[in-house]
Amino acid sequence: MRGTDPRSIAGKAPTPERHVALVVVGAGVTGIAAAIEAARAGIEVMLIDEHPIDNDMMAMDAPLCFGQRIDPSVRNRALMLERVVETNPGLASAYEAGVDVQLGTYVWGAFVNGPTVQELPAPMLGLADDRRSWLVGYDRLIVAAGARDVLLGFPGWERAGTLGAGGAAALLVRYRALAARRLVVLGSGALGLQTAALALEHGVEVAGVVEVGARVRGHAATATALAERGVSFYTAHTIHEARGRTGEIESVVLVAVDGTGKPIRGGLKEIACDAVCWAIGLVPSVELLHLVGARLRFVSSLGGWVPEVDARMRTSVPTVFAAGDCAGFHDGRLATPDVAHAQGRWAGLAAAESLGARARSETQHEVPVASPAPDTGPHAYWQAWLDSLIAAGGWEVNVCQCEEVTRRELVETKPPRYLKWDSPQMNARRLATLLRDGPVNQDQIKRLTRAGMGPCQSRRCREQVGLLLAQAAGTTLDRIPLPTFRPPIRPLPLNVLWPADEPAAMRDTWVSWFGIPTQFSPHWTAGMAIDEPTAHARLILSDE
Amino acid sequence: MMSAMATTRGAAVVIVGGGVTGLSAGWWLARAGVEVLVLDKGIVGWEASGRNGGGATHVYSPFGLEEQRLWPQMDELLGYPTEYQPFRIGVALSETQLALARRWAEIGESRGFRWESLDRRQLKELVPIVGDNAIGGTYLHFGGHANPQRTVQAYAWALQDLGGRIVQHTTATGLTQRGGRVTAVETTRGTFGADVVVIAAGPQTGAFAEMLGAWLPLAPARVEMIATEPIPLMRVGGVAGNGLYGRQTLRGNLVYGGGPHEWINVPDMATPEHANTPLVRNLARRLAELFPGAAHVRVIRAWSGLVENTPDGLPVVERLTRPDNVVIATMSSVGFGLSPAVGRAVCELVQHGRCQFADLGALALARFADTPRDWRERAGWAAAPTAVGAAVGGDG
Repeated sequence: MRGTDPRSIAGKAPTPERHVALVVVGAGVTGIAAAIEAARAGIEVMLIDEHPIDNDMMAMDAPLCFGQRIDPSVRNRALMLERVVETNPGLASAYEAGVDVQLGTYVWGAFVNGPTVQELPAPMLGLADDRRSWLVGYDRLIVAAGARDVLLGFPGWERAGTLGAGGAAALLVRYRALAARRLVVLGSGALGLQTAALALEHGVEVAGVVEVGARVRGHAATATALAERGVSFYTAHTIHEARGRTGEIESVVLVAVDGTGKPIRGGLKEIACDAVCWAIGLVPSVELLHLVGARLRFVSSLGGWVPEVDARMRTSVPTVFAAGDCAGFHDGRLATPDVAHAQGRWAGLAAAESLGARARSETQHEVPVASPAPDTGPHAYWQAWLDSLIAAGGWEVNVCQCEEVTRRELVETKPPRYLKWDSPQMNARRLATLLRDGPVNQDQIKRLTRAGMGPCQSRRCREQVGLLLAQAAGTTLDRIPLPTFRPPIRPLPLNVLWPADEPAAMRDTWVSWFGIPTQFSPHWTAGMAIDEPTAHARLILSDE
Repeated sequence: MMSAMATTRGAAVVIVGGGVTGLSAGWWLARAGVEVLVLDKGIVGWEASGRNGGGATHVYSPFGLEEQRLWPQMDELLGYPTEYQPFRIGVALSETQLALARRWAEIGESRGFRWESLDRRQLKELVPIVGDNAIGGTYLHFGGHANPQRTVQAYAWALQDLGGRIVQHTTATGLTQRGGRVTAVETTRGTFGADVVVIAAGPQTGAFAEMLGAWLPLAPARVEMIATEPIPLMRVGGVAGNGLYGRQTLRGNLVYGGGPHEWINVPDMATPEHANTPLVRNLARRLAELFPGAAHVRVIRAWSGLVENTPDGLPVVERLTRPDNVVIATMSSVGFGLSPAVGRAVCELVQHGRCQFADLGALALARFADTPRDWRERAGWAAAPTAVGAAVGGDG
């Protein structure tokens, strides 16, 4: 005798608009290689990429940090689409191989059944463009989502003109829409040098490359070539502040630092520039991998939280593969796109074979692994930068721009300023008192302080919040649990996210809470149902 | 390491579950000078207690009047901010919704609270983002809302300030019984002796009752919410309607939930990940219908929580007779707003054996004595069969 609960999700599971055998997310070198390889093996493949990104999204620093230095030409969608295609010749090859290529399409969610969800008919992705959202089911998923920018705060970094290396590269190369003329690059590793070279190639002046360490970290030959083109290198320097009128960066003040990152008295230099680009590293984009439940682990030398993958790039979730930068990378690999390509092909083949395609003889290659990291990973380097920024700029600098939370407010776990709260009890609470109850947890502290809770979805502050908390708690980033990612992983308007139509059952049986007729009955009128219409609800209180 | 901790000091009262009910109970007990210890398997308030609509308007409940009396004082009593804001506005897009909003208001009126009917013009003045699709509404001069996460943390901190203890990341696994009484709570980090034990373990409360030979039918379910980027503050943040519950936070975010739940199973004492589904799109649709003036506002996150329901959706708050030193408290999915009052009731049950300010007769466990074991299947409240491995990611 099985009843039904018309208010539950049973029977109202979402139906994907389409179902595709293999979806590849990200049309970089890796994703394209994966898509082509699987298509050639006879598999139906959809390749999705969010570029060209719409202007409003760019203005929110999603998915990369564009720092408000965006030329208005990005509003011309047709032109931007043309540029995205033109600068990524692999896309044409994918078309030719029969891949269904979807550009300008955000992947904002991944939904799978698990311990608390059992009603989904298939694993599915939430997709959207600037007008609507829809769902696509898949049998296999390859995530080749690349990497995100890493930013650190300094006085004035809220001004327009603070970019990330990924955002700057996209504006320079794909969009040809960087609205800046004179760039200061922070970081002198491979990424920093590459960013400086890209800027010069595209006619942007490089006002300097700043390095907190005593010497340039990247290849000497590359640095020399840049120096010959007039680029100044400021080693053993950090940013003191950014200056300018009306919310703009018009100059940065650098300060010389000693071996421990402490400012040297009198070592200030002001450099005119209209943009500052953080190029000290990137982090693997593991948002979707987290949402599908793939096991992640922290490996500093691979950039931080990365998926556990087997020799064929398969994650702990058997239907999901991860390849390219989102599976982990290091600075030294920036110069070797062949690894990304090989990983993509490998994942494409593995996914195809898992769908029943016959293995081809040439697949018996060695597993394409990244060459060993040149050093222990970027986190110690980021920490050195952060130490110097704190020494130079102090604790009253915003760590979270969206919610205006300072470094001090973060490590003292202060409630947000808009609460205007003051009490002796609250003043006695800080991170140290919280740590008496358990290990540091970034999600808990973000909910107390609101650092990372804003519209940029913590893209600008996640890493520095983690570093600051780890340092204040006397631990290291790898010992702090991964702060979760929540869907939608792109900030989408209500009227884009909403479904154009809904099953009648969803509309007709919608209630705000469970629809149990007695749940909200006045206790003094036993049995009187007052909640939303509950004609079909049935109470089982006794053996009828 | 585990054995070294087996001698961990217990307390006069050990509370299993650091959700909003357990923490409020612990705080009231600590205020009364009772030595109290709260155990939580994770971080306090990490489950549904810290992630809900934040509503504090439950005048229909036996705890309702005490809820209304206490909320305006909570910030001061606790010494920490709860973000409590008074009043509620109900927005109706249809006659059915209007009748429902008025029914809520009238229940308040019958308890002596004041409310006003709003026409569309008045509604738009108070809530500029409602549209022409709104036909009217209600303004309740009672009720309100608070920030769930900030409130649970406030209870926890205030409890500690009064000498109470909180032990996190410690899962209760059993109850030691001797001579017809529970003498200790067994956990993954040793055994904690107790004179009285309070079970306020959310979906797991039934499992503990079972250990004591008591039948507490509970069905866990997952519910979901969405949050938008901040928009300018409205005069009253507690605005809801169109099948949604929620509020505008003091930061300005619109935070709303509602719609179909999914009945699930929670094996043992597990803490599953908080997964969302495409239901977030349906929530977005209803929120844009409720507030057409905010349809362009961006959703920046969604989350889900697990809640438990009894067969009639009413709480169980009771001191057992045998063993006679255990208090059971589950709020049947409606616990946050009532927490100041329920914590006080639990405190009185611990101290005096009965609640002095409310009649808890309707909430007695005995009402389920004849509820059959397969009640979930009969009501359609059972979890879906797990024959959907393919969607989990298996090879089919």
